[in-house]
Amino acid sequence: MGGSAKSRGAERTGVRGARPAAETGSGGAAELSREQRLDLYYWMRLTRSLEERLVNLYRQTKVVGGLFRSLGQEADAVGSAYALQRGDILSPLIRNLGSMLVKGATPVEILKQYMARGDSPTRGRELNIHFGDTERGFIGQISPLGDMVPVMAGVTLSFKMRGEARVGLVYVGDGATSTGAFHEGINFAAVQRCPLVVVIENNGYAYSTPTVKQSLVKQFADKAIGYGIPGETADGNDVVATYEATKRAVDRARRGEGTSIVELMTFRRKGHAEHDNQSYVPPGELERWAAENDPIDRYVARLSSEGVPADELRAIDARIQREIDEATDAAEASGVPQPLDALTGIYADPPAERPLWFREGGAAVVQSSERPSSWGTFDAPAKGAD
Amino acid sequence: MPEITYLEAIREALFEEMDRDPDVFMIGEDIGGFGGAFKVTEGLHARFGEARVIDSPISEIGIVGAAAGAAHMGMRPVVEMQFIDFIANAYDMLTNYVATARYRAFLPTPMVVRGPSGGYVRGGPFHSQNPEAGFIHTPGLKVVYPSTAADAKGLMKAAIRDDDCVLFFEHKYLYRRIKGEMPSGDVVVPIGKARIAREGTDLSIITYAATVYKALEAAEQLEREDGLHVEVLDLRTLAPLDDDAIFATVKKTNRVLIVHEDTRTGGIAGELTARISESCFEWLDAPILRVTAHDVPLPYAPSLEDFVLPQTPDIVLAARRLAAY
Repeated sequence: MGGSAKSRGAERTGVRGARPAAETGSGGAAELSREQRLDLYYWMRLTRSLEERLVNLYRQTKVVGGLFRSLGQEADAVGSAYALQRGDILSPLIRNLGSMLVKGATPVEILKQYMARGDSPTRGRELNIHFGDTERGFIGQISPLGDMVPVMAGVTLSFKMRGEARVGLVYVGDGATSTGAFHEGINFAAVQRCPLVVVIENNGYAYSTPTVKQSLVKQFADKAIGYGIPGETADGNDVVATYEATKRAVDRARRGEGTSIVELMTFRRKGHAEHDNQSYVPPGELERWAAENDPIDRYVARLSSEGVPADELRAIDARIQREIDEATDAAEASGVPQPLDALTGIYADPPAERPLWFREGGAAVVQSSERPSSWGTFDAPAKGAD
Repeated sequence: MPEITYLEAIREALFEEMDRDPDVFMIGEDIGGFGGAFKVTEGLHARFGEARVIDSPISEIGIVGAAAGAAHMGMRPVVEMQFIDFIANAYDMLTNYVATARYRAFLPTPMVVRGPSGGYVRGGPFHSQNPEAGFIHTPGLKVVYPSTAADAKGLMKAAIRDDDCVLFFEHKYLYRRIKGEMPSGDVVVPIGKARIAREGTDLSIITYAATVYKALEAAEQLEREDGLHVEVLDLRTLAPLDDDAIFATVKKTNRVLIVHEDTRTGGIAGELTARISESCFEWLDAPILRVTAHDVPLPYAPSLEDFVLPQTPDIVLAARRLAAY
């Protein structure tokens, strides 16, 4: 059990422009081929472009619920997930669309989820990216934060019990580190030597609450000391540094050396969801991160310095646009869930609940697909208007 | 065949299920070499080893969550709450995560959360609780609460083999006081089926767990002193409720007394009353009565605990009132 081995990433204040790769990459650990390096670009760009398409659909009120962006955090989700192998399982959080795409989630699944379609992965039962597929290697999150840490401790406990060389990875935000579930899950995983990597995505805010009101630790990786496990902080806006730091933790887990924390420093450039105007962020901060520390811009500069022609990246962009267009057409063509399906699959046995007597026949009462006003278009009534 | 205690019956089920299925494992606080606070898991660690009988940190959220994760991957964990009172710590994990997993994510979560429950043992506010009502309210969970040794064994086997999460309440007052003969062979008592503990025609007492014995005691007294033939229905499973058995006894006797050790407001008696009145109103000759605990945290002193919890004379009194209606 080592202490905290740190390679500090970008300081949240004082970022003065994209850092050249040579400064942030630890070197040696990542033997990424040219094809893999372009893979990383593809997944990051796909994440961003898919979310941009979702913004359009949201504005057309085709997204039923809220929309959650990971703008500016694409590198931490993609780079960390890319450190896993086939057979490994991760559990994403709301900013980790990129990690799910890396594990095989498809754009059409994401679009259908947001649009609450009947043939979406959860058949309209759950929102946004709350879905999973253990075969492909991701387990869907639930909204109470921190809960996936004990669950992934159990997933990886099963790997250990069965002698499988598989690894689990669970994402939490800076906010979730304050929960009891985070503590109990990571402590359990640590004492059981579960092959688990806990990625703390430190993006500065939990909804509107800054990290300084969440915890007094200087770096969340320092929490590892309290659990007797290794912890490392990396620059989450550097996709290669993220990959390398996560890979070190994944390799340790696969060698039977148990649980680690990887803290990825990044910044949430959009609100908690689309309705949130981020009034709590100091002026200029959003613009500064966009201009000086965008993970895709930084990676494009790096690839360019490594001799990847711009045309090649533009071809990837075009391919992504085609894929998203096709996915959008397919999602829009799919139907809404059939009401009676709401009563199936609560248990394996019995397979379905009976409709209540006043709803026999399964007639749908509500046919509106409008987004409820509480999800972002709410106009507060004037005082006394009641 | 020799009789064994309710506690030994549970232990037998755990042994047999771990023998039968290598995916079954135990996890809980002090359950390993120590054998658990009540020794329910005694001998399991020696037989199956520490990999399958896991001593956990004090961590109800952690172990319930970990059980869920392992269950998703095909294991069949059995989690011990050292006292069922502590299940409240894992309430979020059970209701938000476990109960919804199949519905929202098609994730099977075959797991059992078991633990010593109930009062009449001078255990005070945190070692006497009956928290079942909070969980029967949650779709996705099953809840069983046996009263006999044979049911304890057979229902434990059913719970471990069930493909969803089953909360298994064990009444600690019954652990070493109740004995029974075990049926030979691998007998599984189905979840969701009530049991007629005593046949009768004049009125029905619907109950479960320790108060089954208080109801039986009252029934004998009522037969002796009043000539009343009282039927006692032992629910055994609280979620899903056995509507067929409940409605059948109501239609047979037309008078219903519901008895439970849990507190009154929001207790299962309320749900039973609503179901009976919706489905059997025309068969009722009297209002449905309840004998339950008072709505207070359970106190420690014997004079206080005995006053707060339902006792046999309370049941006799209520039954006489029903019979005279």
